[in-house]
Amino acid sequence: MDRKSLSIALAGNPNSGKTTIFNNITGTRQKVGNWPGVTVEKKEGTVKKFGYDFKIVDLPGTYSLTPFSIEEIVARNYVIDERPDVVIDIIDASNLERSLYLATQLREIDCRVLFALNMADVANARGIKIDGKKLSELLEVPVVFTIGNKNEGIDTLLKSAIDLAESNYTVTKERKVKYNKDIENSISKLQLYLENRIEDSVPSNFRWTAIKLIEDDKIVKERIVQKTGEKSQGILQEVKVQRDLLTSRFDDDPEIVMTEERYGFIAGIIKEVLTTSTKQRVDISRNIDLVLTNRFIGFPIFVLFIWAMFQLTFSLGAYPMEWIESSIGFISMNLGRTLPDNLFKDLLLDGIIAGVGSVAVFLPNILILFFCIALFEDTGYMSRAAFLMDKIMHIIGLHGKSFIPMLMGFGCNVPAIMATRTLESDKDRKLTILITPFMSCSAKLPVYIVLAGTFFGGKAGTVIFSIYMLGIVLSIITGRIFRSTLFKGADAPFVMELPPYRVPMIKSLLIHMWDRSKIFLKKMGGIILVASILIWALSTFPLNIKYQTDYDAEINKVNAYYRSKISTAIDSGKTNFEQQRDDMILKITRKKKAEKAEKSLMGRIGKAFAPIFSPLGIDWRGSVALLSGFAAKEIVVSTLGVLYATDREQDSEALKHALLSSSMTSLSALAMMAFVLLYVPCLATVAVIKRETGSLKWTVFSIAYSTLIAWLAAFCIYQGGGLLGFS
Amino acid sequence: MLQDIVYSINKPMLLSEMKENQTGKIVRVGGNGALRKRILEMGITKGTDIYVEKYAPLKDPIELIVKGYHVSLRVEEAAQITVDDVK
Repeated sequence: MDRKSLSIALAGNPNSGKTTIFNNITGTRQKVGNWPGVTVEKKEGTVKKFGYDFKIVDLPGTYSLTPFSIEEIVARNYVIDERPDVVIDIIDASNLERSLYLATQLREIDCRVLFALNMADVANARGIKIDGKKLSELLEVPVVFTIGNKNEGIDTLLKSAIDLAESNYTVTKERKVKYNKDIENSISKLQLYLENRIEDSVPSNFRWTAIKLIEDDKIVKERIVQKTGEKSQGILQEVKVQRDLLTSRFDDDPEIVMTEERYGFIAGIIKEVLTTSTKQRVDISRNIDLVLTNRFIGFPIFVLFIWAMFQLTFSLGAYPMEWIESSIGFISMNLGRTLPDNLFKDLLLDGIIAGVGSVAVFLPNILILFFCIALFEDTGYMSRAAFLMDKIMHIIGLHGKSFIPMLMGFGCNVPAIMATRTLESDKDRKLTILITPFMSCSAKLPVYIVLAGTFFGGKAGTVIFSIYMLGIVLSIITGRIFRSTLFKGADAPFVMELPPYRVPMIKSLLIHMWDRSKIFLKKMGGIILVASILIWALSTFPLNIKYQTDYDAEINKVNAYYRSKISTAIDSGKTNFEQQRDDMILKITRKKKAEKAEKSLMGRIGKAFAPIFSPLGIDWRGSVALLSGFAAKEIVVSTLGVLYATDREQDSEALKHALLSSSMTSLSALAMMAFVLLYVPCLATVAVIKRETGSLKWTVFSIAYSTLIAWLAAFCIYQGGGLLGFS
Repeated sequence: MLQDIVYSINKPMLLSEMKENQTGKIVRVGGNGALRKRILEMGITKGTDIYVEKYAPLKDPIELIVKGYHVSLRVEEAAQITVDDVK
């Protein structure tokens, strides 16, 4: 039997349970990508069922199809241009009235639309009863009840989608969504005008195009201009005539009147299909909010949650970190024994395994952090965080929602900067993109752990916390400055839903976590691998170095000296001497390695840059490490490891000892940490900034100003601290 | 005289002047184009009942209940909305 294919687009409000339904239908067969041209996440999935190949596209969650935000534009364009066989509108049953706004807009675009009344169980529990049959009749749309988190009604939903796709769908003359007489008059006049002047079809249909033109929809207007060329003059003139007519009639903009009319129409539907029992019920979600957004304890709890998130990430993550560390050590040790000594072995062990391995150990941290963020999002706490933080964010001139990408910046700046797409205003988006890199990403953490762990011992936690705080404070200050200079003007409206708290589904959490961690893994396989090899090459070549002292001869001398001693010594003395000999050889080898590192290409580059870094208390090794950190911040640690010529096994203790015996002090370690926190974000982030801002100018600006601030901050710490008598 | 008193009770006020746990009926939504349309699209329309659930700990934004769901607005935005029948 031939399988037929069917494309389905899932539309719906944010928090309508759309993603849960998408996950339930497609399982793990998901492809996460981007919508062409923009960076809104596009999720696609396929599934074979009932003799069909379903291709499911998860549209961005939106409240409306008015093209304000990128999400809305993307969602609408997909429905209009790609013409999916069926559009399923996922409706939160406990929030029917507002959800129907998007539904009526979908109804107006003549696509095959199907309503999924989701979470009807929650609605029932709140005393809300919906007459699905009546709703279906009133809007002439098939209605299916689903409970996404219990996977109920999904099969029925797919079957209804097949029925709808197979049915002879015709546009009925009798319009379901209607406006008042004056508006309807203008719509039909404009519709007729369009039909007479445009021979072929318009996107969607003529009525819809007429409605959008009356609503002064910029995108539809542009399309008409593109399509009709010179004729557009007349059309736009006619639109203006109708708009002026309506404006004077209602003493208000037509689009405002039409929005109110749609809600009026919806109110009529609600009256017929919705019954609410008046019994007083305990609203759990409101009770939770009595605590979580409480005037007095709301903030302490918020801080507690963020603190718990960091604790979990770093304390719990330490265990699997150790396992990974020791298995990498084991692999490299065994390879070291079996492979013959040559350049390739060096590349494999010192370049690839050491480089990628030093980054791989942070996978547990990143998984846990992204899990926590997914937990905040899926429970509904994220929007409470934005609610609590808006006032503060507003001081920087940002939206409470900017807090979300900034918080995610603590995980990884790449998805964080991608998350700025949730911001409606371009100004907010650019400003958030510029200051998000100051949120210390998880890749910078290994650098802090090594430096703070080495120089601050038991106070390492506090020091790392202060570094994070420094990033936050500087982002506030620079945000404030940018807002009043580069991004002047009105703020974006803060209209944010506070969805009811939900028990998150483990499956969704894991998918969420995995999607984001994948970015980190990809980075490891690609950019970090390449960078590790490059850094290895820079530190290995040139091969023929003229050493100051002949280390090999020294080693031979030591060997010769102990050979005679060992041969004459008795049992216990023998091992004693052997031990002494090995220690001496190790010392000489390290010296040799360090001199080699100094004279390598890398060392020369670092020395060239050293004058810039020396006022910060950072020596040439630190300079090299910082330069290599442009590829990825984690590399700073592995570069330090190579430059301090620590042992081949990934032994963090060895690096600690090497650092302690170097010229570095606690103060210069602090300056270096501050520099790492603030300077140019990693290559991957820069690439994302370029893509999200769509401008080379902003990208270059971001690189330049962050590096400048990093230098100034590190300078202040090192020089200022020195003046205050710290070392 | 009596009319004046009645008027003062039911005098239209701004949403931002309402206190926690008060309800009112929306009379007018002002503001500039995009903001105004966005507020309306979220169901905050003329004639709708609106309930002030709470103010955020820093007194801004406001959490409101409208059409059975919770939404937040900044105080300055709420100041664009006129309400009536405040109880």
